[in-house]
Amino acid sequence: MIYALAFYLFATITVISAIMVIASRNPVHSVLFLILAFFNSAGLFVLLGAEFIAMILVIVYVGAVTVLFLFVVMMLDIDYNELRKGFQKYLLVGGLIGIVLLAELALVGMGWGLTGHVITDPATAIPALAQMSNTQALGSLLYTRYVFLFQMAGMILLVAMIGAIVLTHRKRPGVKKQNVNKQVMRRRHEAYEIVKVKPGQGLG
Amino acid sequence: MADLLVEFFQWGFGVTLVPWFATLLGIVVGILAIVLPLLLAVAMSVYMDRKVWAGMQLRRGPNVVGPWGLMQSFADGLKLFLKETIIPASANKFVFLLAPALTFLLALVAWAVIPFDAGVVLSNLNVGVLYLFAISSLGVYGIILSGWASNSRYAFLGALRCSAQMVSYEVSIGFVLVTVLMTAGSLNLSDIVMAQKGQWYIFTPLLPMAVVFFISALAETNRPPFDLPEAEAEIVAGYQVEYSSMAFALFFLGEYANIILMCAMVSILFLGGWLPPLDWAPLYIIPGWIWFFGKIFFVFFLFSWVKATVPRYRYDQLMRLGWKVFLPLSLLWVVLTGVFLLLTGKIPV
Repeated sequence: MIYALAFYLFATITVISAIMVIASRNPVHSVLFLILAFFNSAGLFVLLGAEFIAMILVIVYVGAVTVLFLFVVMMLDIDYNELRKGFQKYLLVGGLIGIVLLAELALVGMGWGLTGHVITDPATAIPALAQMSNTQALGSLLYTRYVFLFQMAGMILLVAMIGAIVLTHRKRPGVKKQNVNKQVMRRRHEAYEIVKVKPGQGLG
Repeated sequence: MADLLVEFFQWGFGVTLVPWFATLLGIVVGILAIVLPLLLAVAMSVYMDRKVWAGMQLRRGPNVVGPWGLMQSFADGLKLFLKETIIPASANKFVFLLAPALTFLLALVAWAVIPFDAGVVLSNLNVGVLYLFAISSLGVYGIILSGWASNSRYAFLGALRCSAQMVSYEVSIGFVLVTVLMTAGSLNLSDIVMAQKGQWYIFTPLLPMAVVFFISALAETNRPPFDLPEAEAEIVAGYQVEYSSMAFALFFLGEYANIILMCAMVSILFLGGWLPPLDWAPLYIIPGWIWFFGKIFFVFFLFSWVKATVPRYRYDQLMRLGWKVFLPLSLLWVVLTGVFLLLTGKIPV
């Protein structure tokens, strides 16, 4: 009862907010709807018993990636009318891509149900939830069976990160910087000098 | 909780509750049992904060409203409640009001997984640590949205500073959490507390991580010396500048609820939650929740102490501390902890 209610609640809000992401006029509102969609998909994952993935979804996508989206969208000076102009021009191409994606999704869904391939494939055989916690099951699969793929994904991300830094890093000459070690190592006698000044005479 | 409620209704009214309704009612009662004392604790912690600063600056602090000024926070709350809510003409109205509500809401929902005593927890999540991390990483939205929706330069500047700061310190908090959960072998907060039986993590080689976590918690909650997002002297009050009345009160309450939450997290992760310092029978006479609240009280005192004594950081110093000191240090500690656990065969299964 509660389970079904929760599922339909999460699913409906996910779909509606996903539509609002592309439908809303203000880009900031779009990003906010995107956050809502992420949140409700996390709720769906919790219902599936995949609490680890649900939390990671919120931490990575909502907590980090979308913050950057929001930053960019807020900082950009967007002309909303300009944004709407190309709508009709791209409608055909966009619609075609959408239809192709939809067809592929349907094929995947049908394949899942028809062949029963998923059930027989040993790779997906994870222990029941009662035996092992979600996190442990995922970890033992990732770090044994798929350890090379996992490491490779990590390497690709590392290379991408270094690439992004190399591409955007600029060395600007003439920028004054503070060296904290130098500041901390500075001693009293380098900084000032105490002088006894006699009245009426000055330092001379 | 649900069983208790079923029994209570049968005894009191002679009504048998439907199971799903009893579950729902149990959750609602549990939420109220956490939130109402929490709001009282927020009010009193504001009072305590002011008293501690006053004591350190040789002043008296609030002492007029009620005995020893105890009712000061309630008077302030009433004053805020009676004021007019002003919404700037050029503000985005919906987001402007959403932001403080979001901040307050997030500060409350995090308490769902905090164990107050053995078994006394609203939701004993298997991924409790991740849940807390997720909720605290969402806190940045309340601030970023308020800064944007206010349509004011000061507010936007404050929001930008704040989000950059929170994102930076979250990284090291994440690594600190990893060291703790590697040592405890669980993501469940109750299990982490039980793993510290007889030996709190602060008395183990995890001590530097406790320090890093405490300082990052200061930065995460925008407390001095990391209160640059507010910085009254430079950007008047940062993201809060356009807020008045209850909208401001929600920010204020959310901020303090977050601070108490961070104190609770320090107590759970490093000070053994509801456990006494030694695994010695007479110490267990004192109930667990008293130990837990005592620890929260102590960590909160540290928060006030820091605010009263340490001057504000400069922005580049803040970024340097987060990225160049804490991040490498916590990363190194993750590796060291892993190697240590592996070599000594202490990896918990």
